[in-house]
Amino acid sequence: MADITSLSSAIASLVHDGDKVAMEGFTHLIPHAAGHEIIRQGKKDLTLIRMTPDLIYDQLIGMGCAKKLIFSWGGNPGVGSLHRFRDAVENAWPLPLEIEEHSHADMACAYDAGAAGLPLAILRAHRGTDLPKYNPTIREILCPFTGETLVAVPSLRPDVAVIHAQQADKRGNVLIWGISGVQKEAVLSAKRAIVTVEEIVETVAPRANSIILPHWTVSAVCLVPGGAFPSYALGYSTRGNDFYKKWDAIARERDGFTAWMKRHVLETRDFAEHRASLAEPIHA
Amino acid sequence: MPDIVMPDAPYDSEEMMTVAAARALKNGDVCFVGIGLPSTAANLARLTEAPDVVLIYESGCIGAKPDILPLSIGDSELVETADVVVSVPEIFRYWLQGGKIDVGFLGAAQLDRFGNINTTVVGDYGAPKVRLPGAGGAPEIATNSGEVFITLRQTTRTFVEKPDFITSAGYLTGGDARAKLNLPGRGPTRVFSDLGILEPDPVTKELTMVSLHPGVTADQARAATGWALKIRPDCGTTPAPTAFELDILRDMKARAARAHSRSNALSA
Repeated sequence: MADITSLSSAIASLVHDGDKVAMEGFTHLIPHAAGHEIIRQGKKDLTLIRMTPDLIYDQLIGMGCAKKLIFSWGGNPGVGSLHRFRDAVENAWPLPLEIEEHSHADMACAYDAGAAGLPLAILRAHRGTDLPKYNPTIREILCPFTGETLVAVPSLRPDVAVIHAQQADKRGNVLIWGISGVQKEAVLSAKRAIVTVEEIVETVAPRANSIILPHWTVSAVCLVPGGAFPSYALGYSTRGNDFYKKWDAIARERDGFTAWMKRHVLETRDFAEHRASLAEPIHA
Repeated sequence: MPDIVMPDAPYDSEEMMTVAAARALKNGDVCFVGIGLPSTAANLARLTEAPDVVLIYESGCIGAKPDILPLSIGDSELVETADVVVSVPEIFRYWLQGGKIDVGFLGAAQLDRFGNINTTVVGDYGAPKVRLPGAGGAPEIATNSGEVFITLRQTTRTFVEKPDFITSAGYLTGGDARAKLNLPGRGPTRVFSDLGILEPDPVTKELTMVSLHPGVTADQARAATGWALKIRPDCGTTPAPTAFELDILRDMKARAARAHSRSNALSA
């Protein structure tokens, strides 16, 4: 049964130091507000899981919340590098970051296997590439029927999944439409799940091809309008491409990044204050 | 951007590269599109000679027809113009691994003579000089698409003798090395650079220059390549972009530049 609660109390009670945390959203519906709240509460030693680390994990890594990252593509889409992620991998700043690297295909299958309660995912992947040499969790398995060599990866079973969605109703049933990424798989593979939403409505009205996460699959629902920014929620906002471009300069240097995070995240009480603070000149 | 090769041409080398890549897509091809140059080229194809090309983005958007070029693989423009949107596990499992893709269209940070791609690290994996974004969808696009097109600028830093990491397989060590792995897809069949078009030799699988863009000399191409580049004896000249192609391309890019610099209004 989902608690309808504030984001700060959901993060405080459901995310613990040392947890494996999967904050998903494939370009669309990235739970940025929840990322900020984890930073504000100073969570530590997290194993962060996410196919596309994006700005949300650049911030968490740069603020020292992560000890390990499980990922498949770590960039600022269409813009360039994630500078804080790079600084952690290249220079161990602010902390050393252990990485476990995959491809999109194998990670998507690993979430699917986690949701299905299986220990592993099987797929046709990684042939001829160097990644299996550096990631011992990518292994070979023989098909017992055809003898084909396939790849096996362990399923993903996060302690907590965190996603953003368009709507929930008053019981906590969650409705998602548009690009659904791996959010359903992340929630169903995790022990606990936090969902931030644009709107809480009387009853959710499913659309064709939309996803419903019944209230009993979700631990907490938190109302955070615009909580995906600079990602977006189809039907509510468009992607903040301008901010994604600006992030490159904000995050490039340690001092500029730290000052920005202090002013726009640590010194703001919640996401609404954060958004309001962005109307001020950005010191990059 | 100043153009060394063709300072007086009415187009720049990136436009030439994009147009050459766009022309290679056939009407009706089902194309798995990487972000950046591949996406620009694939949409140019759709708006010129290949109106029925099917563009698939790894965010799950199948049959996207964006008016505004996306900055990411998941802009709302792609969702709102797609025939159908599926989950990320489904796009990789049913559509890519399931063998539904004719052409995978990729960019690269480094490329070697056998079409192997590095987008992972420069330097040692454990202590990288430059940490690049990594694999994303590319390794499986490279093996499971019917064929692969690659587009990137040609310099001695991008066309390298030995990449530091093989992220996505081309022809591996050449010859029948790829064939021995029994991969579903044929591998990279064409590379579009700002200097010309390369194709693998039928036997050795070494990428060979088959067409130079107007004004580019064989020596310039060799000087921009980190291995001893072979130029095919019948190497021709790529037809210059037409006024129509340039109009469509510039119009598309101008719309994207305007849209991507607009500040996102506070929602609700």
